[in-house]
Amino acid sequence: MKRKRINIAVTGLNAIDSPGPGIPVIRALRESKEFDVRIIGLSYETLEPGIYMHDLVDKTYQIPFPSAGTQSLLTRLGYIHSVENIDIIIPNFDAELFNFIKLEETLKKDFGIKMFLPTENQFESRHKANLEEFGKKHKVKVPHSRMIFSVNEIPSLKNEFSYPLVVKGKFYDASVAYTPEQVATYFNKISAKWGLPIIIQQFVYGSEVNVTALGDGKGNTIGAVPMRKQYITDKGKAWAGISLDDKKLIDTTRKIIKSTKWRGGLELEMIKTAEGEYYLLEINPRFPAWVYLAVGCGQNHPEALVKLAMNGKQVKPFKKYDIGKMFIRYSYDLIVGLKEFEKISTLGEL
Amino acid sequence: MNIKKNIALSDTGFVFNPSNGDSFSTNPIGMEIIKMLKEGKSTDEIKSHVVKNYMTDDTTFERDLYDFVNMLTKMNLVETDEKKKD
Repeated sequence: MKRKRINIAVTGLNAIDSPGPGIPVIRALRESKEFDVRIIGLSYETLEPGIYMHDLVDKTYQIPFPSAGTQSLLTRLGYIHSVENIDIIIPNFDAELFNFIKLEETLKKDFGIKMFLPTENQFESRHKANLEEFGKKHKVKVPHSRMIFSVNEIPSLKNEFSYPLVVKGKFYDASVAYTPEQVATYFNKISAKWGLPIIIQQFVYGSEVNVTALGDGKGNTIGAVPMRKQYITDKGKAWAGISLDDKKLIDTTRKIIKSTKWRGGLELEMIKTAEGEYYLLEINPRFPAWVYLAVGCGQNHPEALVKLAMNGKQVKPFKKYDIGKMFIRYSYDLIVGLKEFEKISTLGEL
Repeated sequence: MNIKKNIALSDTGFVFNPSNGDSFSTNPIGMEIIKMLKEGKSTDEIKSHVVKNYMTDDTTFERDLYDFVNMLTKMNLVETDEKKKD
């Protein structure tokens, strides 16, 4: 079958120790049976490894940081589109999603660029700060949590929580604190990086299990693969993981997608207690950095997302996946000529 | 005592629990016992098989089997919600 040629722009090229999902998403797209893809990388920093991975990324453009707002992003994307004729954009960072969601209609109308993102309402409702409410609404257990805005609120936490508890940034970072002093340390460290509020969540003992999934926006789950982290880095990221046979976890995922009519990729982070109960810790509104495991298990979620974005027509849900498939990350030194670094640093494209 | 139905056991004694991703290695006699448990054999049947084929006696094996089954339970390889067969 002749594959359809399309141009896809992808963010999240930071294949580092706390990796973005861009490179695994690109690998998945490169393996598509239906699409022959040209990949346009969209980067924020000049040392994102994906910029220099020319076997995966055909061309990269720097884009403005999310804090610059939607207008400067739109202007930049307009320029990139004028050169590359982008068909689809797959944003992969939580912090940039709000801007892309805001621009979804404009990009479609003005440039014909398609995306398949959660709605603004979906994006906001699963926000860490709103997760407890989300759990109540969709009947999923969520550990008690609360937002705090100042270290002065820390002493009173003992009235609501028992130690240990988890200190979380609004977008990224989470640390387990065993004392109020540790809460204060993590509060300062995380808020300096990601701003306020800080979310305090009750720590739940159990094993962490995650699901990568795709919703079609009508309540159907197109694919879902559960995984348990086998090796966790000091940043809490999975360095190795294994796909699981966990019907309850799949059912919970389907329930959440059905109830929210989730549109796009997502990752559920859950804790399974010794009693077999599941607590939802987080919903990440995009594919996780381990999404390539789903491809290895027989479900190419990024390819399915492109199909949903391209024509919006019904995409057949995956019915099965391989159980007991593992992923193991590795580090690898790319050798890069100074000319390349110079080019992306000065011209903003490579 | 039932071993969970979905537990995978390879010819090399590699045990995989697909529900939680745990894996273990067992020696040949451990593998043989898990196989018999998977086949639904009773403790008495396992004991008589092992005592007949290996240099051990009833009391020693009973004690070892008790320890082994305890270990399997701790490793979450045993059904806990079903009524015990034996």
